[in-house]
Amino acid sequence: MTSPDVVESATPLPAGSESAATALGPAGATPVATGGMPDVPRVHQPRSILVYLSYAWLIATILLAALADVLPLASYSIPIGRPRQPPSAESLDMLLGTDQQGRSILSRCIYGARVSLLIGTAAGLIGAAVGTLLGMIAGYLGRSTKATISLVTDAMLAFPPLILLLALSAILTPSVKTLMFGLTLLIIPTFIRLAIANTLAWSSREFVTAARNMGAGHGRILIKEILPNLLPPLGAFLPVVMAALIVAEGSLSFLGVGIPPPQPSWGGMISDGKEAIETAPHMVFVPAAAIFLTVFALNQAGDHLRRRFDRTMRD
Amino acid sequence: MLLTAARRVGRALLVVLLVTMGAVVLLSLAPGSAASVILGENATPEAIDALNAELGLDRPLWSQYVHWLGDAVTGDLGESPITHQPVLDAIFERLPVTLELAALGLIVALVIAIGLAVLSATWPGSPLDRAIAALSSVFLSVPAFIAGPVLVYLFALQTGWFPVTGWTRISEDLGENLRGVVLPVIAISLTEIASFHRLLRTDLISTLREDFIGAARAKGMSPRYVMTRHALRPSSFSLVTLVGINLGRLIGGTVIVESFFALPGLGQLVIYSITARDIITVQGVVVFIAVVYVVINMIVDLSYGWLDPRVRKAATA
Repeated sequence: MTSPDVVESATPLPAGSESAATALGPAGATPVATGGMPDVPRVHQPRSILVYLSYAWLIATILLAALADVLPLASYSIPIGRPRQPPSAESLDMLLGTDQQGRSILSRCIYGARVSLLIGTAAGLIGAAVGTLLGMIAGYLGRSTKATISLVTDAMLAFPPLILLLALSAILTPSVKTLMFGLTLLIIPTFIRLAIANTLAWSSREFVTAARNMGAGHGRILIKEILPNLLPPLGAFLPVVMAALIVAEGSLSFLGVGIPPPQPSWGGMISDGKEAIETAPHMVFVPAAAIFLTVFALNQAGDHLRRRFDRTMRD
Repeated sequence: MLLTAARRVGRALLVVLLVTMGAVVLLSLAPGSAASVILGENATPEAIDALNAELGLDRPLWSQYVHWLGDAVTGDLGESPITHQPVLDAIFERLPVTLELAALGLIVALVIAIGLAVLSATWPGSPLDRAIAALSSVFLSVPAFIAGPVLVYLFALQTGWFPVTGWTRISEDLGENLRGVVLPVIAISLTEIASFHRLLRTDLISTLREDFIGAARAKGMSPRYVMTRHALRPSSFSLVTLVGINLGRLIGGTVIVESFFALPGLGQLVIYSITARDIITVQGVVVFIAVVYVVINMIVDLSYGWLDPRVRKAATA
């Protein structure tokens, strides 16, 4: 954990530092208690019910999105009743009310989840793969390779993200493909930076030197020795990136340049509903809740995974 | 010190060069030619060729870039083919609105985040700390396009405290101006509060473990005095960096809020230009914001070493 100073090592700490931290918690504020023992922030937070609820929400959303075609849902593009009906329990399709064209909001939310999750996952994975590869090469080879790749990374990070996506949509026609391209481009630099930092930390380790002395080539060292160690921290970062991607996709759809209609997307639904928010607030609140819960759950999952797998997150 | 400063400025210049190249390549990505995009689908081929020649788009890409860069260095980012207003004028006309939003959003976020971080760092691990952590996770998950409509519904439509949309110039009526920006500023600051709070809490907790804090407490200073006079300052250096980065980011990041609340800022200029397919303006704004971002980052980088003597030592060592 922390660099143990003399006082700390003289005081026997229980192996599971959790109980020590808990015991110190509130008392840590008084000078007496902190006399020799600094109050250590909790490293493992007690398992929060929020984390479990978050995983449950994510699994439920993924299942619903995957099974949307076999569920007894109305089509997302065909009106099922009068427009702007508030939520009611009379039928499954009416459960969350109808939108400005009388289409079922429940059905549109579930099909919208499919688009959001698909784009978040696909752009996240492709961007992570490309970024990790480039960052690994940069961090491992060092020198001019690293200097060049970091310079390009800096330039990519300097582009205002949302404006860049908007500009892309002005030049290319908005479609799921364009959106994926722009979003992938957006997250590559983040992963390059992460991968460089982690590769630098690992490539000076003894087992890498040992492998090199045994005659292993660069490719073998990168793939067999370094990559396996990068996967946990970078993988743990993926949920947070997916949350950011879902927000970015939602923002673009909200501005009307994301997913083209009639395909539903959460951001587009909020945008549709904002005109009628005074009379039919559910048209905004239902998709807003869907995005909020998904982003919140992904952030919680990301924090949880990073606490477990990212060594730099620990003190 | 001077050498590192010079190196950073040189690097920033290189980044700016790459950014402008990217922006010019971006323009050339447009299917067909920029002229056909500008003139619309019904333009005659002759008219398209004429405009292409006028814009210099019939020349090879590198020559276009050199030409564009030469103009840009003298402050000429081109002229909008639709409004016939120079792009730089359009940018400076709208910049104050965006700056006001970004600055107020950051100030509000800082005030709230510092308060919350001091509370959580004073009693780390306590129920209060965990409640604040949960609140900050909630804030982190509320993007502006959700916060905007929800805030308008609650505080403009239901209660009528604030106007739904619209912009009053500061010069016309300061009170009205401030009343109009309250909701947009809250919408912007929510995610900022969360990121500032997380960072400052961690830094404060590690500062509070240092020996000089123990010494201050042993002298009998009150916890509040120790927190404000001893702990807060050395803990705020990475916060300063983050604030700088986020200011740069917000100058392009208020698009959603500007579009939803109908505020005439830079973001609205971009949206308007995109709907009108005015690629020259879009390109100008992208370059402008990217350059501002790089410059702010560079200033923060340099001031960081000036603010915190430890960094200076580490750089020379």
